[in-house]
This record gives sequence, C-alpha cells and structure tokens, in this order.
Amino acid sequence: MSQQLASDEISFASHTDDTAFYKTVKKVTIILSVITIIELCLGLLIYKIGHGSATSVLIVKGIVTILSLAKAFYITSYFMHLGDEVRNMIMTIVVPLMLFVWFIAAFLMDGNSWKNMKNTNAGSSPDKSKIEQVAPAPKPAVPEGAEK
Amino acid sequence: MATAAIPAGTKWWTGGKSPFNVSYGKLMMWYFLMSDAFTFGAFLISYGTIRFSANYWPDPNLVFNAFPGMGHANLPLAFVSLMTFILIISSVTMVLAVHEGHKMNRKGVEKYMIWTIIGGIAFLACQAWEWTHLIMGDHATLVNGEILPMGTTARTNPWGPVVPGLVEHGMAVTTPGPVAFGGFFFGITGFHGFHVLSGVAINIIMYIKTRLGHFDQRGHYEMIEKAGLYWHFVDLVWVFVFLCFYLI
Repeated sequence: MSQQLASDEISFASHTDDTAFYKTVKKVTIILSVITIIELCLGLLIYKIGHGSATSVLIVKGIVTILSLAKAFYITSYFMHLGDEVRNMIMTIVVPLMLFVWFIAAFLMDGNSWKNMKNTNAGSSPDKSKIEQVAPAPKPAVPEGAEK
Repeated sequence: MATAAIPAGTKWWTGGKSPFNVSYGKLMMWYFLMSDAFTFGAFLISYGTIRFSANYWPDPNLVFNAFPGMGHANLPLAFVSLMTFILIISSVTMVLAVHEGHKMNRKGVEKYMIWTIIGGIAFLACQAWEWTHLIMGDHATLVNGEILPMGTTARTNPWGPVVPGLVEHGMAVTTPGPVAFGGFFFGITGFHGFHVLSGVAINIIMYIKTRLGHFDQRGHYEMIEKAGLYWHFVDLVWVFVFLCFYLI
C-alpha cells in the first residue's frame, strides 16, 4: 500500500464481503426507520393524552428516550463501525461518556429543586404552583378581534 | 472497518504498531467527536435544567405543527419526521460511499458522495424553512390586556398557556410562554445546523478530491471514512435534538 502507513497493523482494506455488508446496512436502515416511526407514534400519543407531568406521559417519554438510545447504539456501532474496533479503543470512547449519567441526573434534579424553591419561597410558604394552577389571564379590555 | 483477522495473542503495547489498530487521524476524529458530544450534551442538559425549573413549558406538538404548502393545517411532527428521514437516508448513502472507498471504486464513491451532499443540503433547506416559519409566523398573544401578533424568536415566545375562551382568526389566544424556549431552540438547532453545514462543506471537498483522483494516488480512501464519521455524528446528534425538542 502507501508509504503513509504508520505500521503494518493498520489495514485500509476491508475484509467484509459485499453481501454481508449490504445485508447489515439494509437491516440497520430498517431498524432505524422502524424505531423512528414508533417514536413518532408515541409522540402523537403524548399529543393525544396531553403534554404535562402526569405519570402516563412520563412513562411514554421514558420509552421514547430509551428508543433514542437504541438508535444511537445502531448508528455508532454499525454506521460508524465502532463495534468492529479493538475493545480497548471502544472503551476509551465509551467510558468517558459515562459522565453523562451523573451530568444528566445532577442537573435535572437541580432544575427541579430550583422550581420548588421558586414556588415555595425556599420552603417558607405552600407550593404556589399547586394552589393557583395556571392562572387564567384577565379578560382583555378590547372586544375580540377589534385590532388587526 | 471489519478487521476480523487479528491474530490471537497479539501484543498491542510492545511498540512499533498502533495499539488501537486504527490510524492516528481516525482515532483523533473519534476523540474530537467525543468532545463534541459533551458540548452538545452540555447544551441539551442546560435546556433540560431550565425546563425542569419552569412551571409551564410549551407543548412541542402545538409549536411545530406546520408543513410547507399546507397553510394552517395542524400536522404535529410531520415536517420534523421528514427532516429526520432525510438525515437517516443521507447517513446510509455515506455508509455506502465509505464501502465503495474500501473497494477502491472511485465512481461509486463519487455517486454516493453526491447523494450524501444532496441529503445535507435538503436538510438545511428544511431547517431554513422551519426557522423562517417560526420567526415570521405571527401568533395571537395576550400581552397587558391586548392581543398582539408575536413570532417565536430568541427573545419572544408566544406559546404560553391558552387563554380560556379567547379565539382570534380561528386560533386560541395564548399568553407569552417562557422566553428561554426560543433561545434554546434556535441556539441548539442552530449549532446542529452549523455542524450539518460544515459537514456538507467537508463532503464537497472530499467529493472534489475523489474526482481529482487524490485518494487513488494515496492508495486508500480513509479520508472518506473520516468525513463519514463526522457525518454520522451529525445524524447521531439529531437523534437527541429530535428527542429533546420535538418528541418529549
């Protein structure tokens, strides 16, 4: 091959045969499309039952999140061929990404605590959001459709 | 690359060879993508933090329900699913381009690179339409007792709670929603769109280099593979942007 090779170990030639390759690509494309369609159906389900923080909505959102992680796995593992690399190399990519577990949990909990602090004046009064719900806006002074 | 033929008992760390069995450039592309994943992750998590701290957040199905040429028809998720499929298909054509590169088939690489570039440009065009629609599309909003037309921008958000019983031009009037919505939406989809734009630019350069026969002279098409990694990453990020802004 060329003079640019750092060592003989790196081979730029593919050892996969054509039929197996096209079969995998076809399979992964179908999996990604089907997962996306399921996600869209669940998104419409959220629209139907109403966007909010009811337990049923949260469960649907959790399922959608897990399906997205599955899509991410198929893209990196098959399209980006990470699954075919040496295990040590995969670990140098995947292990640092574990930080996201803490990152997501810590910050979402922080946001939630911030909301509670705002609603209760840092715990000194009852939860505003639970008493008022969504305050209906005052009726406008102008009659409907008066402007524009 | 499916490098199945690694002899058993290979000592990777004795020197003189790449312990990860990949070239320097490809390894560094992976580490760059990992750092980029943290950048996107930080953006999306800060969006999540603000969203968790708000008592009210707009329903994406109400905000993103338009489709080009369909007027005011209520079509939640329709346009964004088109964008998602465009990106998935362009990812598939990229995989095929990389494979043709392995086979040293210049014509095949050229063909699939063109399709990938078209897919990227189509995605950017969709995003341009969506942004224009959000920014220019006025929505009747109740501000200080007056119904005003308001677009979705980084500073204004008309998608607050619906005012009960108030309808203008057949659409429910709302109060202004959390301002952070527009900032996060335009900031994060803009950052992703910029990645798509630079990906298209990289792909065009790779296409030109392929046409000029640079990779044939070099003896391998590894540059196509590295550009492919970047392009798949753009698709990967979209999976999460799609999840965080449109689905949940």
